[in-house]
Amino acid sequence: MALTAGFFYLFAVFSVVAGVMVIVAKNPVHAVLYLILAFFNAAGLFILLGAEFLAMILIIVYVGAVAVLFLFVVMMLDVDFAELKAGFIKNAPVGLLVGAIVLAELILLFFGRGFGLGVTHPPGAGAAQAAADVTNTQALGLVLYTKYVYFFEVAGLILLVAMIGAIVLTLQHKPGVRRQSIAAQVARSPKTGVEVVKVASGEAIIPAADGQG
Amino acid sequence: MTIGIGHYLTVAACLFTLGMLGIFLNRKNVIIILMSIELMLLAVNINFVAFSYYLGDIVGQVFTLFNLTVAAADAAIGLAIVVVYFRNRGSIAVEDINMMKG
Repeated sequence: MALTAGFFYLFAVFSVVAGVMVIVAKNPVHAVLYLILAFFNAAGLFILLGAEFLAMILIIVYVGAVAVLFLFVVMMLDVDFAELKAGFIKNAPVGLLVGAIVLAELILLFFGRGFGLGVTHPPGAGAAQAAADVTNTQALGLVLYTKYVYFFEVAGLILLVAMIGAIVLTLQHKPGVRRQSIAAQVARSPKTGVEVVKVASGEAIIPAADGQG
Repeated sequence: MTIGIGHYLTVAACLFTLGMLGIFLNRKNVIIILMSIELMLLAVNINFVAFSYYLGDIVGQVFTLFNLTVAAADAAIGLAIVVVYFRNRGSIAVEDINMMKG
């Protein structure tokens, strides 16, 4: 149990510190890297909670796709980020005040008595699932593909819409770009492609001005 | 001491507050704002998984999966909009985005 507590505090402290660094980092590339660190430590918390499948999904989808997408966009856009950072100090007092109030209220809520959080505390309530001889991934799949299959399909549709939307938004047709026209290539016949010219002996042929000769 | 649900909820609350602070403090940079939204969604996911564990109910994890899906779609569309906006205006500062105000 002491080992679990130690790992919990390790992951918790690292994820919160990484979250702070995401906000205050001057360089947005560093901010994205700290975001990746926060995701990794959150995946560690998920493993402590017995949600191995979600931890792996978090690492693969978030670190592998979303964070790299952020990194790609940050590096692609040539923006003066120092100028964008200008209002940071000006907004800091009010932001810190509001943040401190929200955080204090939330923590008061969690550790205060009388909110009914104590009833969820029996240690090993989640162990019932582990004792049932079913792995986390299997248990998730048993529910996801039966009871929540429509939700699952809607999630797929959301991803499809996101993909189409991103492509439609960023696709651009530049004028003056030479593209391959397969129909024109296939429709070409020897009659249009080759010109047979009879050359009388001792004479030359002057090529046509349009370069077709 | 044993780690209860309050500990996990506290971590999630810290991350959520940090995401909110990030939106307050970096009001000009759209990319940092999108990253802050990702942090807030991560905090929500930690809450879901913690309740799923301590209540012994797998549905919280199912919902976290859908949450991850929506967050990924959100990031993709948001970044696409940022790229298109930068291509058109040459800037991603939030205060320049005022052409659509009624």
